[in-house]
Amino acid sequence: MEYSEKVMDHFMNPRNVGEIEDASGVGTVGNAKCGDIMKVYLKIEDGIIKDAKFKTFGCGAAVATSSMATELVKGKTIPEALDITNKVVMEALDGLPPVKVHCSCLAEEALHAALWDYAEKNHIVIDGLERPVNDIGELHEIPDQD
Amino acid sequence: MKELIYFDNAATTPIRPEVYEEIKPYIEEHFGNPSSIYSIARDSKKAIDKARQQVADALNAQPAEIYFTGCGSESDNWVLKGVSSALKNKGNHIITTCIEHHAILHTCEYLEKNGFEVTYLPVDEYGKISLDDLKAAIRPETILVSVMFANNEIGTVEPIKEIGAICHEKGIYFHTDAVQAFGHIKIDVQDMNIDFLSISGHKIGAPKGIGALYIRKGCKIDNLIHGGQQERGRRAGTENVIGIVALGKAAEMAMAEIDEVTAKLTYLRDKLINSLLSKIDYARLNGHPVDRLPGNVNISFEFIEGESMLLLLDNYGICASSGSACTSGSLDPSHVLLAIGLPHEKAHGSLRISLGYQNTEEQVDKLIEVLPPIVQRLRDMSPLYEEIKNKNK
Repeated sequence: MEYSEKVMDHFMNPRNVGEIEDASGVGTVGNAKCGDIMKVYLKIEDGIIKDAKFKTFGCGAAVATSSMATELVKGKTIPEALDITNKVVMEALDGLPPVKVHCSCLAEEALHAALWDYAEKNHIVIDGLERPVNDIGELHEIPDQD
Repeated sequence: MKELIYFDNAATTPIRPEVYEEIKPYIEEHFGNPSSIYSIARDSKKAIDKARQQVADALNAQPAEIYFTGCGSESDNWVLKGVSSALKNKGNHIITTCIEHHAILHTCEYLEKNGFEVTYLPVDEYGKISLDDLKAAIRPETILVSVMFANNEIGTVEPIKEIGAICHEKGIYFHTDAVQAFGHIKIDVQDMNIDFLSISGHKIGAPKGIGALYIRKGCKIDNLIHGGQQERGRRAGTENVIGIVALGKAAEMAMAEIDEVTAKLTYLRDKLINSLLSKIDYARLNGHPVDRLPGNVNISFEFIEGESMLLLLDNYGICASSGSACTSGSLDPSHVLLAIGLPHEKAHGSLRISLGYQNTEEQVDKLIEVLPPIVQRLRDMSPLYEEIKNKNK
């Protein structure tokens, strides 16, 4: 198993680690299968995601996807943020080893959970956003290792 | 270039320079098939005889009781499948433990699919089995007890002599997977009543691809590999002369140095354990504090994950391993850490350091220096650590 240079860069020098004190939305999701947990903080102003931070308990791929997902979401509108799927995060990192693909799902779901929290706090409905789950194991079939 | 600090000797070891010298003639000139009649073949045959004696001496066994195999896993497979096949008319019950290597566990699962019953003994918080549990598990139809000598992950040494005595009294065969213990702990198959014992070359400075099985004279076991008459008709396949010579030499060297190396590794091990536990909070030692392999350190650091630790250690040239789900390939945390009662998240943050004769105190000091900031760095990134900090405010 080998990580791409981009994954290693985002693991060794993760962007956006930390918390946002007055976050507009916070989402935490875990993966009961492997035990990883990711928490995402979003600062949203005028429908634009002005800032994003994360904390992650997990492997190199979990940290790197958290870093890349928060990097990608900054400056985006909410509909644009919904387009940041696990596939987009993975491609931005030049791919992940097959056994680590589920880590990219964690990042996507944590972003959705933070947006859901924002929507609930502000009593709005975000088109296309479904209620997040706490455990992504319920959502995605984790692929078998090659 | 940064120095390589190799702390994963339980995974594999480098070939010892003395072993390399010993096998060179068999790589370069003595290529003869030991079964042939001409003189270069006789050289190979003689080399195998010498190695068999060296391995036998290391176990207080007879050379005729040593059978060379391809690896420790083959030795384990041979015992379980060979004994259950040979004794299937006597009984269909096998006793083992829940912390064995997968070469034992998965072979037992295979036998269960083929009509055998297996009892997996539990272990206590230190990874030890209970002799009372063992006695209670023995049935009239029990044909084999297989308990590892020392655990590969947490280093706990099982009460082998006592288990051997119980099995001997009941007339049940006793096998021990000594892949981690061989060369590190003194083993006497007579005194310990061991009937079968698995060893592996690459854990003690021989190359990969060579193992051995000790079979007590007279014990019934069917063949696993059928074919030619090698290994006195019990294990077919042209002998791995290079591997066999290497295993013999490595075994001889390990036994010659065992007191000295045990003293050195025990000192380094305890220095590592005491320093890391005093410098890092929310950390616990996994395995037995005293009855453990001289070179084994296994510590769980809460709120962080093992693979991340390994990647950051690799940045300093340090090689170690972890029982984390993320490093397992199967995404399941170590079955050994779960068996000693660790919850998933603590198994996730485990670090195994396995020391070898070649490691130095400077290398150990380097780890003691670099690990605490690595743990802190990952904790600062961890939502679980944040929760604990907020709770303690």
